[in-house]
Amino acid sequence: MLSFIAQRVLKGVIVLLAIVVLNFVLIRLAPGDPAVVMAGEAGASDQVFVKQLREKFGLDKPLPEQLFIYVKGIVTLDLGFSFRQQAPVSKLILERLPATLLLTLTAFAISLTLGILFGTCAARFAGTWLDTAVTIFALIFYAMPLFWVALMGILLFSVTVDWLPSFGYETVGGNYTGFARVIDVAKHLIMPAMTLGLFFMATYTRMTRASMLEVKRLDFVKTARAKGLSDAVIQRRHVLRNALLPVVTLAGVHSGTLIGGAVITETVFAWPGIGRLMYDALLQRDYNLLLGVFVICSAMVLIFNLITDLVYRLVDPRIEFAS
Amino acid sequence: MPKRVLLGLLLACGLTASALAQEPKTGGVINAVIQPEPPGLMLAMIQNGPTQMVSGNIFEGLLRYGPKLEPQPELAESWSVSEDAKTYTFRLRKGVTWHDGKPFTSADVLFSVEMLKQTHARARNNLGQVDKVEAPDDTTVVFTLKQPFGPFLGIFEVGSMPMVPKHLYEGTDWKTNPYNNAPVGTGPFMFKEWQKGSFIRLVRNPNYYEKGKPHLDEIYWQIIPDAAARSVAFETGKVDVLPGGSVENFDVPRLSKLKDTCVTGAGWEFFSPLAWLWLNNRQGPLADKRVRQAILYAIDRDFAKDVIWNGLGKVATGPSASTIRFYTDDVPKYPYDPAKAKALLKEAGYKGEKIRLLPLAYGETWQRWGEAVKQNLQDVGMNIETIATDVAGGNQKIGDWDYDIAFTYLYQYGDPALGVGRNYVSSAIAKGQVFNNVEGYSNPEIDKLFADGAVATPDAKRKEIYEKAQKILVEDVPVAWMLELQFPTITHCKVKNLITTAIGVNDGFKDAWLDK
Repeated sequence: MLSFIAQRVLKGVIVLLAIVVLNFVLIRLAPGDPAVVMAGEAGASDQVFVKQLREKFGLDKPLPEQLFIYVKGIVTLDLGFSFRQQAPVSKLILERLPATLLLTLTAFAISLTLGILFGTCAARFAGTWLDTAVTIFALIFYAMPLFWVALMGILLFSVTVDWLPSFGYETVGGNYTGFARVIDVAKHLIMPAMTLGLFFMATYTRMTRASMLEVKRLDFVKTARAKGLSDAVIQRRHVLRNALLPVVTLAGVHSGTLIGGAVITETVFAWPGIGRLMYDALLQRDYNLLLGVFVICSAMVLIFNLITDLVYRLVDPRIEFAS
Repeated sequence: MPKRVLLGLLLACGLTASALAQEPKTGGVINAVIQPEPPGLMLAMIQNGPTQMVSGNIFEGLLRYGPKLEPQPELAESWSVSEDAKTYTFRLRKGVTWHDGKPFTSADVLFSVEMLKQTHARARNNLGQVDKVEAPDDTTVVFTLKQPFGPFLGIFEVGSMPMVPKHLYEGTDWKTNPYNNAPVGTGPFMFKEWQKGSFIRLVRNPNYYEKGKPHLDEIYWQIIPDAAARSVAFETGKVDVLPGGSVENFDVPRLSKLKDTCVTGAGWEFFSPLAWLWLNNRQGPLADKRVRQAILYAIDRDFAKDVIWNGLGKVATGPSASTIRFYTDDVPKYPYDPAKAKALLKEAGYKGEKIRLLPLAYGETWQRWGEAVKQNLQDVGMNIETIATDVAGGNQKIGDWDYDIAFTYLYQYGDPALGVGRNYVSSAIAKGQVFNNVEGYSNPEIDKLFADGAVATPDAKRKEIYEKAQKILVEDVPVAWMLELQFPTITHCKVKNLITTAIGVNDGFKDAWLDK
């Protein structure tokens, strides 16, 4: 198992470097010059100022040289300096990463738990009103755009009934500590995490239901019934466990999409994570910051995928780790 | 007679009560929106709007400007100008200290001038006419100019020339100076905390030189990236101040009608944002003056003001906004007249060549405006293709002159020499940069008028020159002027006296108080 992990980590590092080079080139292909953006923000764009900015940030150097400097930095774990925020990229990302991890992991946990639960219920009571209701709700959440769900959530829970805060990570000026702070953050987390999780929950519900119905028809389930096992045991030990494999695969694939979704969720709910940092960096053509966020996101996706592969083994012991 | 006495007494009581009601109250916390999150707060090195808005509370300039752009004391308590208009002497306030307790002196002014020449593009341009700056004593600073420079007294507000603490910056690498992240100024509020992505917290400066000010204890600048979420934050009472441009324009009428909500358009007199369409004078049909004039006749600017901007703003008459110095409306007029536009296009021989239009990617209002202009121009037979880009991509296209028509809006900084000439003089044509003469208009007469206007004395002479320049420009239509924009500041009515100068919320909250 250890050699499997080592091999995957090595492959991951190579993939990561390839992503860095690709992203570096792609960003520079997009029109827009960070020096001009910054000069514009300063309300002045005389030649001297723009030239000064380009020199200051090394943008006057040939592209291959800029790439070499950047990759060299990455190898030594230096993500560079943010043009616009005038701070090291790693510092900016580290400040925001915990909030994004909290949001995405909560959304992931909610979506997977509820998705499997609802999917199991729908499959268990297939053809009944409960199945129809779950399927319809799953379809609705699957079809609704994330930003719209977010805005409707704010309208309902913040403006109309005033149960939940509409923005932020915690109450500004609240100065809560200890358990009171945990509760405060949790209150702020509910809406963004649910918004982000609903789409994925719908996907897992549908996938679990379909997969369970398929497994239920297989011979080994008949055998289990013939052996006289109870329905609950058959569903849990035999049907669900086998039906989970495609759901786990999907969850691994979704790790990247989840971070993409965090960009919108963090923007609407003013959640101070790296999704928003990435969005702002893109608009400002803050190359280093944008690339830095990409590197971290790519690394997170690779780690998620590694975890997915490990979970496979737990769910289905028949799967062997390839050496 | 007794009735008169009674009436007089009642009036007196009423007036006294009214005066008492307006007596500022001390204490309280204001929550205001800041968007986007500023990249930093060191105003001498970063000059974008959000930085100015927050740091205008921390730093100060030598002067402030009233609503009619009249200079008022700030760090300079008085000033005088020599007869030849080349020497400006500022007397600094005594007893002013930086937030770390060190005294503010003329040495700080000298250092700031030198630093800003290197870090602040606009200050560098503004100081171009300065021959030397001297400090004969701790509280006197003398600027000697190479020649008279009409707008000189207009370059000292906090955003244009913030004062920097010499003792913290001299001999350091300015870019990595630790005080960039914890700025130290002389202003009414001190930097306390910045939770990136969430809020910036400023607290009252207890040693502020104006006794009794500021009235507020703290300011929280809340960072809320989504416009709809900002509206909700105001509606639910989580923020008290929405500075101009914080919410989409179509939300302004709805928010204005909410209970205890006050709206003002004041505080933009210095910036005077003017929106126009860049017209690429170099190539294709737009090289012909008649086509450019046709564009102005074809666009229904009143519709844009009334419908797209919800009645906010004013239709522009030319290159100067009506709020800046030496404005005149005695210029050729271009009312909405599609028939005249068609006739001019026919006369110019326009044969349906494709014209690329770049809307401004600043949100929904600007997108709708782009659609309306496209429709107006198509109605008179022009073949318009909309090019969609984000702000950075659009700027690059404009800077590379790779466009035909493009939306923009720019600040005018109170004086034609500071914020108007740069868009029309030939010397400001430089590829790769935006916000200069990107339309490629070149007219030696205009070049001379703007050159003369900047150095002419007295003001009557400048007025004559700039009025002539406005007439010529409006006749030539190098760009199509659209609207003098108005970005209303929306507050809960308990917030009093927030805007007192021509730069509005950018000037800090030192006069503001909460009627709790």
